[in-house]
Amino acid sequence: MPVRIKIRQENREKIEAICRSFNNNPGELINVLHQTQNFLGYLPAEAQEVIAQNLHIPTAKVYGVVSFYSFFSMIPKGKYPVSVCMGTACYVRGAEKVLDEFKTQLGIGVGETGPDGEFSLASLRCVGACGLAPVALIGEKVHGRLAADDVKVIIEETRKLG
Amino acid sequence: MDQVKLIIDNKEVAVPNGTTILKAAQQMGINIPTLCHFELKGMGVHNKPGGCRICVVEVEGRRNLAPACVTEVTEGMVVRTNSIRAINARRTVLELLLSDHPADCLKCSKSGNCELQNLAIRFGIREIPFEGEQSTYQLEVSPSIIRDMNKCIMCRRCETICNDFQTVGALSAIERGFPAVVSTAFNQTLAQSPCTFCGQCVAVCPVGALTEVDHTAKVIRSIADEKKTVVVQVAPAVRVALGEEFGMTPGSIVTGQLTAALKALGFDYVFDTDWSADLTIMEEGTELLGRLTKYLNGDKDVKLPILTSCCPAWVNFFEYQFPALKDIPSTAKSPQQMFGAIAKTYFADKIGVKREDMIVVSVMPCLAKKYECGRDEFAVNGNPDVDYSITTRELAHLIKQANIDFASLEEASFDSPLGESTGAGVIFGTTGGVIEAACRTAYEVFTGKTLDKVDFEELRGLEGIRAATIDMNGTKINIGIAHGLSNARKLLEQVERGESQFHAIEVMACPGGCIDGGGQPLHHGNSDIIKARWEAIYKTDRSMPIRKSHENPSIQTLYKEFLGNPCGHKSHELLHTHYFDKKPVIEIDLDKK
Repeated sequence: MPVRIKIRQENREKIEAICRSFNNNPGELINVLHQTQNFLGYLPAEAQEVIAQNLHIPTAKVYGVVSFYSFFSMIPKGKYPVSVCMGTACYVRGAEKVLDEFKTQLGIGVGETGPDGEFSLASLRCVGACGLAPVALIGEKVHGRLAADDVKVIIEETRKLG
Repeated sequence: MDQVKLIIDNKEVAVPNGTTILKAAQQMGINIPTLCHFELKGMGVHNKPGGCRICVVEVEGRRNLAPACVTEVTEGMVVRTNSIRAINARRTVLELLLSDHPADCLKCSKSGNCELQNLAIRFGIREIPFEGEQSTYQLEVSPSIIRDMNKCIMCRRCETICNDFQTVGALSAIERGFPAVVSTAFNQTLAQSPCTFCGQCVAVCPVGALTEVDHTAKVIRSIADEKKTVVVQVAPAVRVALGEEFGMTPGSIVTGQLTAALKALGFDYVFDTDWSADLTIMEEGTELLGRLTKYLNGDKDVKLPILTSCCPAWVNFFEYQFPALKDIPSTAKSPQQMFGAIAKTYFADKIGVKREDMIVVSVMPCLAKKYECGRDEFAVNGNPDVDYSITTRELAHLIKQANIDFASLEEASFDSPLGESTGAGVIFGTTGGVIEAACRTAYEVFTGKTLDKVDFEELRGLEGIRAATIDMNGTKINIGIAHGLSNARKLLEQVERGESQFHAIEVMACPGGCIDGGGQPLHHGNSDIIKARWEAIYKTDRSMPIRKSHENPSIQTLYKEFLGNPCGHKSHELLHTHYFDKKPVIEIDLDKK
């Protein structure tokens, strides 16, 4: 029996449009993946299947590229995506402890999303706010001069935003 | 071509520009060890990622060591393949590979035939100084292939053959760094993936990461069960390769010892798939002539070209990759399945054995045959026409376990009636053979004349795609032949675009056809072995007293006593099948918000 993949019509149409904008050229796979992730927020299996069929390449190859680059994710981001800066300035000022505290408080690892879909956790390199180091972003909001002790409080404050 | 002069291990050598250090050294008899590098000369199979670094050599004036398999020679180059630096580096590379490899060689099915094990022996490895993380992948057992990725060394040969030679695309390297491994999309099972079970990944895997599902224990149990009548059939390509497992020269024809060994193992009836290959020609040949006659009479709707359907990996391929063309292939079952269908009806009745008390075993050069015999449509009330399919390699293990001295066996012959066959049946074992067998019969049936010469040399060869025109008394039949699914894909794309000039196309998935099937003795990249098997197939054909399928007396009797006419009612019931659309379906999800 063939594998059945389900996808929403507008998502399928959008992904097909992205592929077409790159002339369905398999050499443009990474650009197609970037734009698809920008649109969907992540790259679920069904999106990769649609891309594979439109670019005429094996799905395994698409998955190979998605799993190779840490920028690509198969997990949807949370309502409040947390990004802890691990750039040099933040790192030397204790960003690792801040990140560890986020892991503990949220009960998830880097690259994961909590079961309620509220928070996801990522680490990134330098957001250009070194004067505020260590820095974490929650959504668009920048939290600077963080210490591990602050983490619990800002998570609760964010939750209250609803 | 320009010659380049260089020095390897203090000896001067001149080789054509573009030669790698590895090949230049090989010409001088210097055997640099390799692991990921794999080439099947003349077959278009070449894996050269330069990734494992087992072949590193020292090049004067170069800071780092050079991988010999991908470094081309330059004028005046001075190479040391055995400097202490190169030897130490290679040893470290091997030790690192072994540090993440389960040291369970004693119970690994690749033991004794493993390229990693051979290197460990060659390098005299006595301890592994590195301790570290070990891969912990789950074992996957599919209908044909076992994937034990803990043993994978990331040579990527399987990925190369699956994508480049077969264009199946079931496998790809995924992840990066330590978790990097060869896998399917989203780690789905092989059965969910586009895998055709051709088994070429198994044939090229240097270690025990990809192996066949072993049915020998089930076969032994069936033989030991006194209530069961156990019938065995042997595919054509097995008889020209099995000898290699017992140290014989490649190309040795061991039909006599093979049948003697099967009898010594205790099979009740030793029959021949060549017999059902002849039967296949009767059905497929009739179908071909039927479609051709309609076409010549001006029927525009007739489906041409007709495609052969003997190769189960090829069937899996078009079901997944070209489902829109699934009405074009011949509906004739493969010889393995035709044999099972007749054994469990006609023959079972003849000897007064009930279907459920008969076990049909097939010995095949193939892994896809294991999948094929498990297809739902090839069973009656859950009882399969062919119970177990074992490979040439598995049969060799069985013979060795049973203390049979294969080489000194007195030759025996196949039993009657499903053991009588012709030269046409045996050439099914190689590319071009099925269509040549069909031409021998189709010509005589179509023209009513006897062939002066049964050899259709124009259909033979090992080129990936071949074309020939057969003149049937003024009617010209265009024939296409492809082996390797990448070549088949090219012919199918022509068909899809409506540009195909062929009336009939034969496809076999493996390089050279069944002679290099995924279940054959491992050749470790030596294509001379495949060539030798190929020659042995035609030699066997020439030695047969009857060389045309329709002249097989036991096939004639079968039609008289049981089937009636080729492609008749009973034939359709027992000997024909239909195909399925297996391409993933993308459905619109109305519920998902």
